[in-house]
Amino acid sequence: MGFALTTEQFDAFLAGLARDYDIYAPKRLAGKGAFSGTDLIAYAPVQSLAEIVFDRKTFYSPKEILLPISQTLFYFTEEAYREPQQQQRPVIIFLRPCDVHAVKRLDQIYLHNGDQADPYYRERREKVKFFVMECTEGFDSCFCVSMGTNRTGEYAVFLRLEADRVLCDARPEFTPALAAYGREAPFTPAFIEQNKISVKTPEKIAPAVYGHPLWSEYDSRCIACGRCNVCCPTCTCFTMQDIFYEDNPRCGERRRVWAGCMIDGFTDLAGGHSFRNKYGERMRFKALHKVYDFKKRFGDHMCVGCGRCDDVCPEYISFSRIINRLAEVSDDE
Amino acid sequence: MDVNTKKIIKNAWRVTKERGVTCLRIRVPGGHLEVKYLDLLKEIAEKYGNGTVHLTTRQGFEIPGIQMNKIDEINQMLAPVIQGLEMELGVPVTDETAGYPAAGTRNVAACIGNRVCPFANFDTTKLAGKVEALIYPNDFHVKIAISGCPNDCIKGHLHDIGVMGMVEPVYNQQRCIGCQACVKNCRQVSTGALSFVNYKVRRDPLRCTGCGECVLKCPAAAWTRGKQSYRLVIMGRTGKKNPRLARPFLEWADETVVLQVIKNMYAYIDRHIDRSLPKEHVGYIVDRTGYPVFREEALAGVTLNPEARVAAWMDWSGYRYERTSNMV
Repeated sequence: MGFALTTEQFDAFLAGLARDYDIYAPKRLAGKGAFSGTDLIAYAPVQSLAEIVFDRKTFYSPKEILLPISQTLFYFTEEAYREPQQQQRPVIIFLRPCDVHAVKRLDQIYLHNGDQADPYYRERREKVKFFVMECTEGFDSCFCVSMGTNRTGEYAVFLRLEADRVLCDARPEFTPALAAYGREAPFTPAFIEQNKISVKTPEKIAPAVYGHPLWSEYDSRCIACGRCNVCCPTCTCFTMQDIFYEDNPRCGERRRVWAGCMIDGFTDLAGGHSFRNKYGERMRFKALHKVYDFKKRFGDHMCVGCGRCDDVCPEYISFSRIINRLAEVSDDE
Repeated sequence: MDVNTKKIIKNAWRVTKERGVTCLRIRVPGGHLEVKYLDLLKEIAEKYGNGTVHLTTRQGFEIPGIQMNKIDEINQMLAPVIQGLEMELGVPVTDETAGYPAAGTRNVAACIGNRVCPFANFDTTKLAGKVEALIYPNDFHVKIAISGCPNDCIKGHLHDIGVMGMVEPVYNQQRCIGCQACVKNCRQVSTGALSFVNYKVRRDPLRCTGCGECVLKCPAAAWTRGKQSYRLVIMGRTGKKNPRLARPFLEWADETVVLQVIKNMYAYIDRHIDRSLPKEHVGYIVDRTGYPVFREEALAGVTLNPEARVAAWMDWSGYRYERTSNMV
């Protein structure tokens, strides 16, 4: 059902929601950019419409709300262990259609990959409502249309920001609240239909692609900083850290912490072995996971075409170009 | 030909090796200027000079080959440059058509700073403008340079005062993925102030120089920028007697402190300078009075911000040319 709210009405609506929900949205964090004098656009708690950044893409994705970067799984002493108290409040996330699809990829890995759902992820995921921000222009690096992630119907509320009002399409759960603050108005969500960049994903990967010279370019261009992993809304890898408290090493905790396949140490094994020591090999591994083997296993490509990896790469490596090159050489082989 | 050389030198004109010919020195505080000023400099060089300009080590211009009898005429022409590059910064100039009001205190130089450079911790040109407004015009021969980070690309270590931008890195361990990019990089390019303990990063605040490298290297914004402040190194110099690198006087000092100390240094010079000499560099004055006197007077009336630290003693390095006994 459609609603129109003035800015003030929308803020009152948000204030009402804040009683029951933690509300996260893209926000400008002043002075928190890596370079001095720059801001960071990232997910953070918001209280009003004015705080929500609509005209920029976030540097980091909303994945960190569902999957904390560093999460304690349990505490242990000599004879016992216990999980931390989960006191997660319900959460509303403002996000774009591509990021909704990205959360579906997280779901695939953490909820539907084998018999056992991940209880820590499920605990948070069940409490999340999507408020989808209409996105009809996109940004320079986006290729959601090619990845089929430009549209979504999975939202609690869909919003379009206009000069002095917000138009919403709400699922029944939120219609009473919106009706209380705004007035009914017809509204049909719109989606982006064309990006500046389009990609062609490979249908079949010939074994020769594995050793193709295309990857060796990244041996020297890539610095293995892992920004592409950290900023990716669909990278799901983590590592385990067992901490023994310094004051009393008989107690400690087990954490799980994000890991990235581009970063040194990702493949370290007992005995000092590791794989994919060349950065080009890591790039190949990542690319094939994002646009080949994930689909083979689960039916959709992992990559949702948000383009964040392009935006954040300090070496100006474009992942959409990698996808297109991969498709080219796959066709050739 | 009658020329008051003392007067023209203070007016930023040189006595050159060629009789009757002078050279004009243009100040560019912070080393950054709008290109519109270049038109005027070009016109002076073509019409009155020899059609060339020299880019000085202090980021100014020298326009050579000018006849001394054209000084007044060119001073008139310079008004827009003095207005735009000095008066607009707050430099008190009583007559902008009379050329530069002083030449002793040299142009305040700056690296390109955070208008361009990813490593810079602040806008160096902007601070250079504030310093210029504070100390110019002044006849004391003082050199000040400002760098955006401890790389010190402008080489403040060879200046009476070198200012370097520092930033306090703020660590959010919840955001740390333990990649150690910051730890490895700090060890390689900075001071090794970071260590990895229990999969998280520990920073030794006594070793940290506030260079900001950890913030730049962090892929997850676990390190972000906290308070911006400054390191002040003092009494570096070249020269024919005793070249030496500057030594840290203050660190983690805020802008107010830096500006007050620079102002106080001029009062210190005024009090202790040997007026029997044509000129005396501040570094040689400090050699005479000793560091404790300098420290006391440079900090007089200054309220240090709580994070600021002051050098307890000073052991300038350097050498004396006349004592280089290894020249056999």
